Order: sequence, then structure tokens, then C-alpha cells
Amino acid sequence: MSAPASLIDGTDHSALRRFLHALPAVDQIGAEGRAAMLGTRSIKTDSKVYAIDTAISMIDLTTLEGADTPGKVRALCAKAVRPDPTDPSVPSVAAICVYNDMVHVAREHLDSIGGQHINVAAVTTAFPSGRASMAVKLQDTQDAVSAGAAEIDMVIDRGAFLSGNYGKVFDEIVAIKQVCGSGANRAHLKVILETGELVTYDNVRRASWLAMLAGADFIKTSTGKIAPAATPPVVLVMLEAVRDFHQKTGVHIGVKPAGGIRTTKDAIKQLVLVNETAGEHWLDPALFRIGASALLNDLLLQRQKLRSGHYSGPNYVTLD
Amino acid sequence: MSLFKYSPAPESRAVVNIASSYGLFIDGDFVEGTGTPFKTINPATEEVLSQIAEGSVADVDRAVKAARRAYVKVWSKMPAAERGKYLYRIARIMQERAREFAVLETLNNGKPIRESRDVDVPLAAAHFFYHAGWADKLEHAGVGNSPQPHGVVGQIIPWNFPLLMLSWKVAPALATGNTVVLKPAETTPLTALLFADVCRQAGLPPGVVNIVTGAGATGAALVSHPDINKIAFTGSTKVGKAIAREIAGTDKSVTLELGGKGANIVFDDAPIDETIEGIVNGIFFNQGHVCCAGSRLLVQESVHDEVLERLRKRMAQLRVGDPMDKNTDVGAINSAAQLGRITELAETGDGEGAQRWSAPCDLPAKGFWYPPTIFTGVTQAHRIAREEIFGPVLSVLTFRTPAEAIEKANNTPYGLSAGIWTDKGSRILWAASRLRAGVIWANTFNRFDPTSPFGGYKESGWGREGGRHGLAAYLKQGEQS
Amino acid sequence: MSRLSIRKTYKLFIGGAFPRSESGRSYEVLDKEGNFIANPAMASRKDARDAVVAARAAFPGWSGATAFNRSQILYRVAELMESRRDEFIDEVSLCEAIGKGKAGKAVDAAIDRWVWYAGWSDKLGSILGATNPVAGPYYNFSIPEPVGVVALIAPQDSSLLGLIDLLGAALTTGNTVVVLANEMAPLPAITLSEVLATSDVPGGVVNMLTGRTKEVTPWLASHMDVDAINLAGVAAEDVKALAMEATDNLKRVITPKPRNWLKTPTLEAMTSLLEVKTVWHPIGV
Repeated sequence: MSAPASLIDGTDHSALRRFLHALPAVDQIGAEGRAAMLGTRSIKTDSKVYAIDTAISMIDLTTLEGADTPGKVRALCAKAVRPDPTDPSVPSVAAICVYNDMVHVAREHLDSIGGQHINVAAVTTAFPSGRASMAVKLQDTQDAVSAGAAEIDMVIDRGAFLSGNYGKVFDEIVAIKQVCGSGANRAHLKVILETGELVTYDNVRRASWLAMLAGADFIKTSTGKIAPAATPPVVLVMLEAVRDFHQKTGVHIGVKPAGGIRTTKDAIKQLVLVNETAGEHWLDPALFRIGASALLNDLLLQRQKLRSGHYSGPNYVTLD
Repeated sequence: MSLFKYSPAPESRAVVNIASSYGLFIDGDFVEGTGTPFKTINPATEEVLSQIAEGSVADVDRAVKAARRAYVKVWSKMPAAERGKYLYRIARIMQERAREFAVLETLNNGKPIRESRDVDVPLAAAHFFYHAGWADKLEHAGVGNSPQPHGVVGQIIPWNFPLLMLSWKVAPALATGNTVVLKPAETTPLTALLFADVCRQAGLPPGVVNIVTGAGATGAALVSHPDINKIAFTGSTKVGKAIAREIAGTDKSVTLELGGKGANIVFDDAPIDETIEGIVNGIFFNQGHVCCAGSRLLVQESVHDEVLERLRKRMAQLRVGDPMDKNTDVGAINSAAQLGRITELAETGDGEGAQRWSAPCDLPAKGFWYPPTIFTGVTQAHRIAREEIFGPVLSVLTFRTPAEAIEKANNTPYGLSAGIWTDKGSRILWAASRLRAGVIWANTFNRFDPTSPFGGYKESGWGREGGRHGLAAYLKQGEQS
Repeated sequence: MSRLSIRKTYKLFIGGAFPRSESGRSYEVLDKEGNFIANPAMASRKDARDAVVAARAAFPGWSGATAFNRSQILYRVAELMESRRDEFIDEVSLCEAIGKGKAGKAVDAAIDRWVWYAGWSDKLGSILGATNPVAGPYYNFSIPEPVGVVALIAPQDSSLLGLIDLLGAALTTGNTVVVLANEMAPLPAITLSEVLATSDVPGGVVNMLTGRTKEVTPWLASHMDVDAINLAGVAAEDVKALAMEATDNLKRVITPKPRNWLKTPTLEAMTSLLEVKTVWHPIGV
């Protein structure tokens, strides 16, 4: 799934820098204009039904709070498997996303309630700040993998990136990728760019390419802990990156927006971006995920409205 | 796009109320025309929408007389701030009735509802809003400290942006104290006739705005009327020249906004994704029915192949079809006649050896349609590089150096617009300083604003519309004392 | 017995909300016969301080909005003023002890003045800006920009029109404002604040204080985070001392000038609250 090293030798840090700086510029206003125009697409009736169910199946249902307890995580797992207890036609979500010390709780509970098909993703590498020693970040990742995380969401070192030390960022991703394992059962690696801290779209483009060259299976916008997070123009630029990367290498890398996607409207905008940028091959949980928590209930409310013809309310969706 | 196919998302027609026939709006009322009525249709379906009156020479005379009376008795005597208030009312009513105007514009013109809704109508209201504020500030406009209106102005507008072109004409004319006789394009009269109803709701004094529908003959009658002080025309260069001949040697003031063959220049360091959007926007927005369209793509030879590959992929995503569907990107060609012109000119491209490529799309059976098309291998000597096609057809040429790009861009009798795509600021300014065009867009295209003067060099016309410079056309400097 | 009216409480307007003074004080406003009208809040230095904080917080949004957006919002204010025309006439008449006819003239002029200013927002750039033909291969342009937070000591001889004549200038140019209203006739200013609060003007863009001119003005004049102060409502004998207080951060000081408020102003009220920024960029391939 991830990149061949043949495109460029990222361990040659000056070559990496030249490559990243030679990427085409992103015009901020143009990119924002394109994203805004795609946000006016009117998705109704059958296409809305498709979009809602697809969005549900792409959710990485997330709880990343200091106050997380096994009880909270188990409730989330139940919701993940059966988002609407009154409607078995609702698809289950793609994954549960938790801190590494909750991975085993999630995995065990999912397995006991018929959720074997739902992956557990763990945030690691001193999420969200990423400010810790490499040893700590490696151990953080190893713990998650050992506990049964099939997906690892790591953060890049933004300090290193912003100070131009692309090589350090690259090497860290490579090292974490190794901890994920090898072969068919290896954990899949999502690399969080924390686009809110990168600020410019040029930086988002460079960080996307850097992550893909270093072996990311997915590039992810944000930790969800700061704003702005997964704004449409940011996701647009990242979708352009995976599109162009595929064009050059034949390899498909996934994209995960996370943070700030709260409503069905937001989610549908994301799917339109995918559809009209990278293309329909990416309309699949294997290549597009949405990191969210409150979103799921809004999707369910909208789904109920489409099926019944009238507006629903909070009493008809469950708390997780 | 079969996985995520957007279901039809049609805008409803229920908000508009189209009469079965319309008269002429003269002196605050609808009156019968004495010419031969004609039909107006929906070019996407060929459905007849209404019957329209033709303004005869006598009707034009009646309208000019009404405008003159209103000028002498009411409008020229009114305090400027009060004049401005009428324009503010008009602007607000247009905003209130925005949806109605957008739907009507799409039905009569064929442009996508998204464009009418998001571009045409908001900009039209904004033009009235902007000019409302000028009415009582004219001594600051840079036209002397006591500028005077001309009196009665005759205005002739095209079919490509019917309501927007109306606002570009009527708003500054009224703000500066003139009264108006306006002739909308013969294929798109309906939003102008709805505008007459806005004038009624605003309480605009009768005769200040008069709307006389008709075709070329009605326009000619307006241009040659002896009591018209100024003509403002937007349309083809051919007709613009005819008007210039008609008024040559007279006292009539005239502004002309004519055709173009805009060069969209793409340098090797252009921000590529936004550039592709800009190329597409430049020629396929409004079906290419845009005087300032970027209808010549001048791409640096070293990046030609990459740009073209990305452009074709992007064009294949364009949604061509029912203009009333909110997801449509490219709508119908405005008339059978225009479709004929586009088809014929495009065929000369084939004949002269350029390579044609069209976006694959399913075109509806009824109505007037042309697929977004590019011709590569075009050079300056091709007709499709020189003549305005006024449709969704892009001619692609190359250049080697910046100087050559400028030379080729300027090598045309037109001079309306140009686009510059590069990451380098100094190159933008260098190119802008050398391009002989009235409107230059850098890293963007087809951006309009009431504060931004618009108009052409050379055969693209005389004068500017919008901004402080656009006001000047509607004013005479007061006598120096 | 005729129906007893529900009297309005006149509070301060800070950050889009209507708090009482943090000092808990108010002062009595009487009509010309000495009858009680209201106890508007008496602003303290801390209220003034809070108002400056609110104005500063609102500045990036207001100055960063498009000129068109500002003009739309300001026009909307005029619409709501018009719909409350009778209320304003009553208050101006009562507070200034003038007849309804004269008050009506002042209120109509105030509304029209506001519209005049609304229409300036998207025109100042074209008139005050310039491209400068420097002797070299550089594109050089000058653009006007708002100074920032403006303190406005409202005129004492006009409770609404005079205030709007100066306030409109500050707002249309993109500044945010702390107003100290006419001391003895503050009510129209608070009603104006109600209009501002209900007309899309973001909270903090205009803040309205009522109270003692002599007490509050020195705190605004010496405030290091106020960029300009208009001393229109200050007594002649106090102007010099206040202008001196204002020098510590070199805030721009506008001294009082006698005005016929009914006459259309010059551009000076706006230009005195604008900076000019000039930018150079090479022209080269």
C-alpha cells in the first residue's frame, strides 16, 4: 500500500529538501475558491443516501480524553458496531480510535460483541504534541501494536518541520513504520500532519509528500485538538497530493480528515472533495477515513429523516 | 463518476411568475409596443417562455421623451442624496428577490443556476449598492468639483449576463443623475422586465428608467435618436463599429464594451492546480459567452504536455446539462444562431490543422449545446486564434520566453483581458505592465467587482465601467469658473 | 387612570452586551422642567478600560471585513434607525429640550448622515489611495488603513446628529470605537446602541459609555492602547491638558471644532482616522 523508495531517496536529506521545495506552489485564494465551489454541490435523494452510509462506514469513531475510562471505551465500541440499535441496516464504522492504554479494552470488547471487523487505531508518538524523545515515541507505538492496534495514527514533529529539518521528520516516520511491523498483518500507519500548525498550504503539500515518501499508508490532517483542523481547502490539497503521488508511482495513499467535521453537511462536502479531486477509487474506507465523534449522530439523524420523511431529534440517537 | 453520482438537484421554478406576454416599460408603466412581437425561449429546452413586444421607432421615441421629461422635471432637480436612496432601495429589493431573479435568469439565458445565484445576481445588487453611495459624492470622483450628468442615456446590453449588464449600465447612469432608456438583448429580456417591477416597488419616479425590448432595429433607433445625449453599448465589435460610425461627428458621448480574445498566459512556475481551475474558469465559465474570456491559452512550451494532461482530466469532470440543476457547471448555448457560429468557427480549427478534443459528455436532445472543447497545435495564424468564438472553445498556443508570451498576447486587434499565471510577483507586474489589455488577472480569472474598472483597449472598446473611472463616462466636467 | 409606562433602563454598551457600570453608579438626567427622565449608568475608568479591550478585540474582524460588507452593515443600521425614527425624535426632543420639529430635522439628518458614511466605505480606497510613479522599475502603491481603536468624546451640543457625524467617520474607515456619550443628553446614544446591537454590527465595534466627561475622558486620553482620540465633547479649557495626556503613545488627537452639524462634512473626519501604507515591488521578469 505504501510508497516505493524509488521516487526519491529520502535519507538523502538535501535531495529531500530540494524535492519538497520544487513541488508546485499552492495559491491560497485559488485553492480556497475551488474548495468553496465544491462545497456548493447539492447532494440529494439517492446520492445523499449513498453519501450518508459511505460516511458512516468511513468513520474512525474517536475518544481521546484524559478522562477516558474502560467504561467509556466499551460504550464507544458498542456504538461503533451498532450505531443505531433500532436499525440494523446502518453500516458499522471503520475503526475505533483511542489512546494506546485503551487499545486492549477496545479490542477485547469489540471481539466480544461481534465487532471483529472493526479495527482499533491508536494515537501514538506522544500524541498530540509529539514533543518527546524518540525512545518514548517508539515505545508508545510498540505498546499500541502489542495491545492489538491494527492502525497507528502518529504525529509528525512539527517543530522539526517548521525549522526546515525535513530529514528528521522523514527519519522518524520511517522508524515508526518499522515498529508497525511488516507483511500482511502489519499495522497500517497514518501520519498526522497537524495542518493547523503548518498554516500554509505550501507546507501542507510538502508535509503530505514527505509523509508519503517516508512510508505513510494514510496522511491525516489533524490531531483534532486544535483549530483549524480539517478545513476543505486543506483536505483538497492533501487529496491533490495523493492523486499526484499515485500518478507518479502507481501507489494509492489514503487521506483522513479529523477535527471540525461535525455535521452531515460537513461530511458530504468531504466526500465531494474526494470524488472530484482524487476520484472515486478513494471513496472507500480503505483510502478515506473521517476522524470524528459527534458526527455519527448527525449522520444518523439525517439518515432517519431520509427514511421517514420528517425531521428527527436527539432522543432518537444514542449517546456513546 | 458512477459510484458517487449526484442525483438530480433541480431548483424549483415555482418562485417565478412569467407572464404570457410583456409590453414595453415606459414612463413607469407597461404599455403595448407597436412593433412585431416575438417569442423568447429557454435555450436549454426550446420551450417558449413568453411573448415580447418589439420597440418600434415610435416606441423608442416615446421612451426617450419620457426619459427627457423625467430628467427635466424630476431627476435633475432631486437632491443627490435622495437619488442615492432610490438606488439603495433597488439594491435591497434585488437582494430580497434574489432567488426569483436567479431562476428567471437561468431559464431565459441557459446559464447554470449556481452561477446566476452565486455570481450574477449578487454582483448585480452590489453594483446598485456601490453606485447608490456615489450619488451624493460626485464632487470627489475626480471629474471636477461640479460634474453634471449628460441627460438621457441610451443603453444597449448583451445576452450573456443580462441582469448584471443591466446593473452595470443603469446603476452608474442613475447615480450620476441621468435618466435611461435601456434595450435588453433580444434573446434575454425577462430579467430586465422583472427589474421594471423592482423599479415599481422602489417607487422610482416614472420615466427615470425605461425598458424597450427588441432586436437590432430597436437598438439602431435608440442610437440614432436625436435627443439621446449618450450611448452605452456592450456587444460585438462589429455592432460597436456600426454605432461608432452612426454617432461620428455628433455631440453624443459613447462608451463601448466590445469583444475580446483574451490570452491566458501560463508560465512554468504557475501554481498548477489553481492554474488549471483558472484556465477552465476562464473559458468554460458561462459557457464561454464572456467578452473577457481567456480564450487563448498561451502555455510555456516546457510545461505544455503536463498542463494539457491535467486540463483534459479536469475538463472530463465538467458537468454539462440542465441549467436548473444546482450541480451543473456548464449550461446551454444561448441561441441556435450562436450555436451555429460556434460550430462553424470551431470547424475552421479542424480545417486549419489544429487538433480538437472535447470533454466526453451526454448532451440533452433538445436545446442548444456544445461540449467544452480545446484545440491544441494552434498558432497565431489560425482563425480560431484571432476571431472571437464566444463559446466553450479554447485555443492552445505555446511560447518559449516571457517576451514572446507578451508579443503573442498583444498580437490581436482586441485588448480586453489577459491572465498571468506564475508564482513570481515581479513577473506578474512586469507582464501586466506590458500587456495591452484593460483588465489583467494574475493567478485568478473572471473576477468582477463594482469598484474595479472594466473595459478594453483597441477594438475591445472605449471607456470603463465600474469604479471611479466608470463614473466619468456618465458625467461632464462642470464649467471652470 | 391612564396606563403606566414601562420605563427603559439605560445601561452601557460594551462588547455587544448591555452591562451596568461595574461601579454600580448612575446619575440623574432631567428634562428642562426638572422632571426625572432616567438614571443612565455612570461609567467608571474600569468600564472605559473594558470598552477599550472590547474595541481592540473587535478591530481585526471589522477592519478585515471587505469594504462592501462594512457598507452593507452600516446601511442596515440606517434602516433600523429609520424604523425607530419616532423614538429617536422623542428622546432628542426631551434630552435637548427642543421642539419635535427641530428634533425631527436633526434625526432625519442623522439617518441620512449615516447613509452618507455607509456609502464611503468602498470608495475611500479609490480616492485616497494611489499608484505612485516612482523613478525606477517598481510598482508602488499607497493604500489607506484604519488607525485602530478610536476614542470619541461625543459633542455636548447635539445628542444624536453630532455623535453620528463623528462616529460614522470612524466606522466606515474600519476603526473600532469607544464613545463617551453626551453627558446630559445620553439617551439617544444608548438607543443608537440598541440599533447597533440588532443590526449585524459585531460586538465590540462600537462601545458606548455614559457618564461624567471630566471623569472618564482623561482615562481614555492617556490609554496606551487607544490609537486616536476625538475631543469634540471636551470643554475648551480642558483640551490642552488632555492633548498632553494623549502624547505618551502619540495617539492621533482631533481637537474640537465648531460645526454646523446639519451641513455635509468634509472628508477630514475620515482621513484623520486613516494611516497610509505604501508598498514597493519590483517589476521584472
